[in-house]
This record gives sequence, structure tokens and C-alpha cells, in this order.
Amino acid sequence: MPKRDYTYLDNPDIKEKIIDFSNDKYTSITLFIPTMHCSSCIWILENLYKLNPGIIFSRVDFLKKKLELKFMNVDTTLKEVIILLDSIGYEPVITGDRDDSERLTSESKKLYYRLGIAGFAFGNIMLLSFPEYLGISEGSSLSFNLFGYLNILLALPVLFYSASDYFISAFKGLRKKIVNIDVPIALGISVLFMRSIFEILSGTGAGFFDSMTGLVFFLLTGRLFQNKTYESLNFERDYKSYFPLAVNIIKEVQLLATSIDKIVVGDKMNIRHNEIIPADSILMRGDGLIDYSFVTGEAEAVSLKVGDKIYAGGKQVGGAIDAEVIKEVSNSYLTQLWNNKTFKKDSVNLIQEITNRISKYFTFAVVSIAVISFFYWFGNSTAIAFNTFTAVLIVACPCALALSAPFTLGNTLRIFGRNRLYLKNSNVIEDLSKTKKIVFDKTGTITQIGSEEVKYTGTELSEEEINILLSVTSNSTHPKSLSIHRLYKADRKFDITEDYDEIPGQGVKGRLGSKTLLLGSATFIDNYLGSNIILDNIKSSTVLMINDSVKGYFSFSNKYRDGLYDLVERLRRKYRLSVLSGDNESERTELKNLFPSKNQMLFNQSPLDKLDHIESLKAEGEHVLMLGDGLNDAGALKSGNVGIAITENANNFTPASDGILDSKSFVLLDKFLDFSRTSIKVIKINFAISFLYNIVGLSFAVSGNLSPIIAAILMPLSSISVVIFSMVSTNFLSKRIGL
Amino acid sequence: MSVIIVLIGFSLVVALGFLIAFLWSVKNGQFDDKYTPAVRILFDDKKKNSEKNNK
Repeated sequence: MPKRDYTYLDNPDIKEKIIDFSNDKYTSITLFIPTMHCSSCIWILENLYKLNPGIIFSRVDFLKKKLELKFMNVDTTLKEVIILLDSIGYEPVITGDRDDSERLTSESKKLYYRLGIAGFAFGNIMLLSFPEYLGISEGSSLSFNLFGYLNILLALPVLFYSASDYFISAFKGLRKKIVNIDVPIALGISVLFMRSIFEILSGTGAGFFDSMTGLVFFLLTGRLFQNKTYESLNFERDYKSYFPLAVNIIKEVQLLATSIDKIVVGDKMNIRHNEIIPADSILMRGDGLIDYSFVTGEAEAVSLKVGDKIYAGGKQVGGAIDAEVIKEVSNSYLTQLWNNKTFKKDSVNLIQEITNRISKYFTFAVVSIAVISFFYWFGNSTAIAFNTFTAVLIVACPCALALSAPFTLGNTLRIFGRNRLYLKNSNVIEDLSKTKKIVFDKTGTITQIGSEEVKYTGTELSEEEINILLSVTSNSTHPKSLSIHRLYKADRKFDITEDYDEIPGQGVKGRLGSKTLLLGSATFIDNYLGSNIILDNIKSSTVLMINDSVKGYFSFSNKYRDGLYDLVERLRRKYRLSVLSGDNESERTELKNLFPSKNQMLFNQSPLDKLDHIESLKAEGEHVLMLGDGLNDAGALKSGNVGIAITENANNFTPASDGILDSKSFVLLDKFLDFSRTSIKVIKINFAISFLYNIVGLSFAVSGNLSPIIAAILMPLSSISVVIFSMVSTNFLSKRIGL
Repeated sequence: MSVIIVLIGFSLVVALGFLIAFLWSVKNGQFDDKYTPAVRILFDDKKKNSEKNNK
């Protein structure tokens, strides 16, 4: 049996949103199925026609965890197909937002085209340059020229197609008065091209087309390596992918599945157990028990009475309720966060990157060396002066410089991924390495959601008392009742309660034989007894009373993640830490032990407060790493220099962030930060290596001795040694710190 | 020596053929999913109804 209700899939509005294509004969749809995990999954999903003959085509893309389906409209319906998938354990995630994977694919395809063409030209030009390498160019003048012209022909598409991005980026950078790494690259490529054309047409030399195409080929390879993406993860989700696609609206007497953007003020919604409330509303009927942990960070479910306000994003964990909408989805308390300007800013920042900072000095140095050597030789011979001028620009082309970051960061990204920290792209690593301040969210980030620790204090309970306690708590769906029930259940059996009664927001009451049990808040017990006997220090606990005598009380505390204490201990030495919580202050003393006095703790923070807090830290010049999990952290995650979302399962919903960290790897946080700094160091060492090569190359160039063969050896040699150093050192160092 | 010109011509044509084959395979989507086809080849059932191409 499917776990969910899919009636809304019969609504044509909603269907329209999720299907790819439909005509009168068949419908095709692409579904995201996070639960597929093995090759047998692929087999069963590709053989769905055996289970439902109406399905005529099914194809899995395992890395993206996508399933493409086509089914005949006469034989089956969308709802039947989805229910089938759900019932065999592959519940698709149905959201209305179209992902941008199409655009990404076309970008990466373009890179393959460019790389293919550059590689083709590189190989063939090397082949045609062989006579030149071996010094047999004097043979026949006919073949020499033919090779030269063929080389020009082969180099043209590399210049105009494969390398076009570098020219565009250099041009864009210069227009903003930024000398980025693409400026010296574009300069190098164009000088290489022009000098080669000149040499071949004038018959004075063989040109440097092998170096030029090789350079472009290596640069593109670096780019391909850097573009590691986690295709099945989504780093850009907003509240829309958390909210349901549809909700049941009560129209006259019947229920009507309605797409949530069609909900208007005054609609009556019917919300069942475990459903999310998509719009601010007022409770009309039923007992509201709303879990806001994902929205506000409050760990405890809130009990509501008829007439109380329910905020969007809360999850009903009691029985079914009816609620009347008072604000449309996009204007609700929570969703308003997305109207904040933080969500509109463009986060691309070119100056930040380490390579671009170096390239500014590099370009000026190279150009001045070229100019000096030009004037040095100008007195002797104009021809040699021009030769050295271009030779300097050619040999100093920052291939090694440009390859260092892509390979080091690309490999770091893979190492992090192996350890279940998935970063959006390689730029995040550099931002991560600058971290000075770490801000934690409490609920769900440093505590584990859904695993409250229950402690009983008071007189010991007899088996008979435990029997009645189990019996009474089994009637309630309140999370506290469930926790207490779990605490004592083990293998015990219990009898059925008589005279059970539950007062929402207060407590439960039940009788078993001669014993009457009351379990609930302090005020609940006080009201029952008509006196004030409960001590102040247990006001926030749940009191147990059997036959008018208070036995003791249950206190609930959040369970902190395993290893949190040691992690904080390690982090404290290097970073300033603070905790932001949407929850109340009840955990302050507990947290005080963890986070010593100089670290900040703020409670009762609304989603907007969190965002503002991060903004003010940034205004003070802090480089902030924000760790959060829920929608309430969405603003803070976006606003932090780096925002990392923590999740129990990487395929679950996480708000937009720069990275997704699997909670199992939470304790490795300090190692991730250390290693991000190591990576930056490796890049810097690589810069030094590439400068050494440049000094060798420049000494050939300024003395006027640069031949194509020296350029053709030096250039790949420097690139390859930089690549090897990047890979070997990052792999070695990551092993040493235990990643 | 003139035979070398013919050979160069041939080698370029062959290389160009491979380049075109590569570009075609990228366009055709053979590089979109680098994992699933490797698993799919191990399933020995013949699919009854499935179409040959995905477009």
C-alpha cells in the first residue's frame, strides 16, 4: 500500500506542472527518485512494464537519480504509475519546480565539444610538426609549407571556438578593470597565433601552433576536472520544494485537491497527519499539534486550540484538522523571508579568487619584462627585438598557473565528497578556508531532530504503575507521550485504558482498574488538584501523578550529536563560535557547558533575526560559516560567506546552500576546514613551481633563443608537473589528516 | 616524398572522422550519463515494448 495520498494527481492543473509532454496517446514524465541506490533498482525501474503494461518506456539515469517514463493514456494514469512506484519502494519526489539540469547538460556538452576540437588539432599539429622537431625541415620546401598551412587551418577552430571563452572572460574582466587570469591567457594565445602566422607566411619558421593548441587543450582539461557536480543534489531549493504541491480544500461538502498557488484567503484546508500546512491559517476544527522544528527551530510540537493561528511550514502531527487560510502562500510569515534582498543578490564575485589576485601581478610582470627586453634588443636588430618580445609573452603564458587551482580544488571537492561533504562548486573551498567565525543553528544542527532524551526523576515505579503508564500513553499521539511510551515499552505488554481523556496542550488522564493516572504539564496537575504544589524548578517538565500522589516528573532534553563536545573543543581553539536558536532558553545551561562564556548564544531567533545577525557579523568584518538545517536558517545560510546545510540524508530537502553535509560527517567539520586551508597552500606552492618554469623559459626568451621545440617541451612539462603535484599532494595530505 | 602528402591527407581524413564521431556522440547524449549504460548492458532480458531511441 502506498504511504501517501495521491488523489491530487488527478487534478489537471497539477498534472500540467509535473509532466514533460502529453498528447492524446501517451504521456511522458521525468521523476526524481532519491531512493534508487543499486543496480537492481535500475533493473526493476527499467522493467516497470512487467508490473504495469501501460508503461511503454522507462529509462534510468542513475547518477541524477532520475527516471524517464512514457505511458499510454488509455491503459493507465499518472496516479496509477506514481502509486505503483511508491508501493514498490521508489517514492518519487514530486515538486512543481523544474530543475535546471537541462541547462547544465548543454553547458557541459559545449565543454566536451571544445575539448574534442582542441585535442584533435593538438594531436594533428604535433604530428605535422614532427619533421621540425627532428630537424629535417630542409627536405622539400613544398612539404614544409604545406605542413605550415595545414597547421594554420587546424589552429583556426581552436582559436575561434575552443578558446573563445577565455577571450570573452578576459574582455569582460578588463571592462570592469579587473585583470583576471584569462587576460594573460588570452594575451598568450593571441601572441602565439599571430607570431606563428607571421612565421609561416613569411617562411621564417615553423610557428608555435603545437604549443598554442596544447595550451588550450590542457586548460580545457583543467576546467573539465574542476566541474565536478553532484547531479542528484540540489543546492538551490527554496520553500517551494518543501511545501506540498497540492492541498485538500473543502468545497461545500467534498474535498478538492488544489494546487497551492491557487489557494486564496478564506479557503478551508483539510490537513491530515504528517502533512505540511502551506499557508498561514486559523484552526477551525480538530486538535492542532504542529511540529515547527523545520521552520522555527523549536524542537517541541505546539498544541493549538480551535481559533489559534497556524503558520505555514508547520507539520501537523496529530489527527486531521481543518484550517481556514488567512494569508496566501507567498505572503505567509515564513515565505516572506524569500522577499529579503539577500535572496536577490548575485553572488558571483570575480576578484575573490586566488588565481585572479596573483594574475594581476603576473600580467604586469610579464608585460614589463617583454617591453624591457624589446628595448634592450631594439638597438641591435628590430627583428630580434620583436622575436624576444613575442617569445616572452609566449613562454610566460600562465598555463601552469591556470591549471593549479582547477586540479587542486577539483580534487579537494572529490575528497570532500568521499567524506560526504558535497560542495556546490570549487569556489566554496577558498571561502571555507577563510572562515574565522562559525555560527551553529541549534535544533537539527547540533541536536538531532526526533531523538529527544527522556529522563525520569522521582520515586521508582512498580511494574503495575508502568503498566498503567504504558496503557495511557499508548492512546496519545503527542510526541511527549510517544517518547515516554518508548522509554518503558521494551518487551512489556499492557492493558487497555478505561476512561481515557486528553486535554490538548495540557495532558492526558486515564483509569485502569482502581488506579487513575494523570500525566501532563505542571499547570494541568495544579488545576486538577486545585492547589499550587508543583515546584518551580520542574515547571517545564511533564508531571506524573497516580491516584492523587505525585510520583515524579519526566524531563526532556535534546540529544546532541555524537562527538559534538570534542568537535567544539577542537574548533574553539581556532575559531569564534556562536549558537543561534529559534527555540526557547531552556537549554541555555546545557549549552553553556559546551560553548564557554565568550561564545555567543542567542535564543528565540526568528528566521529574519538569524539573517540579520549574520549580516551584522559580516558588517563587523567577520568571515562567517553558517551551519543550519531548516527553512528557518535559509536566510542565514544564504547570507553567510559560506552556508552549509546539515541533513540526515543528502537526498532529503535542504534549503539553498553552498554545501550539503551529511550528519554522519558532522564531527569531521574541523578537518574539512583544515583541509580547505591545506588546498590553498598547495595552490600557492604550485604557483612557485610554475614561476620556476617561467624563469627557465624567460631566460631562453629574453636571450632570443626560444625555438618552437623548446616551447613545445617546456609548456606541457610545466603543466603536467603542476597537475601531478596537485593531485599527489592533495591525496597524500588528505590521507594524513584522516579524510 | 610526394607519397607522404597522400598519407597526410589520409591521416587527416581518418582523424577528422574520429572527431566527427566524437562530436556526434556528445550531441547524441552518450556522455550525459556515464554510469547507467554500463549496468544496463548486464541485463539480459529483451524488452518487449521498449523503443529503440529515447527521442
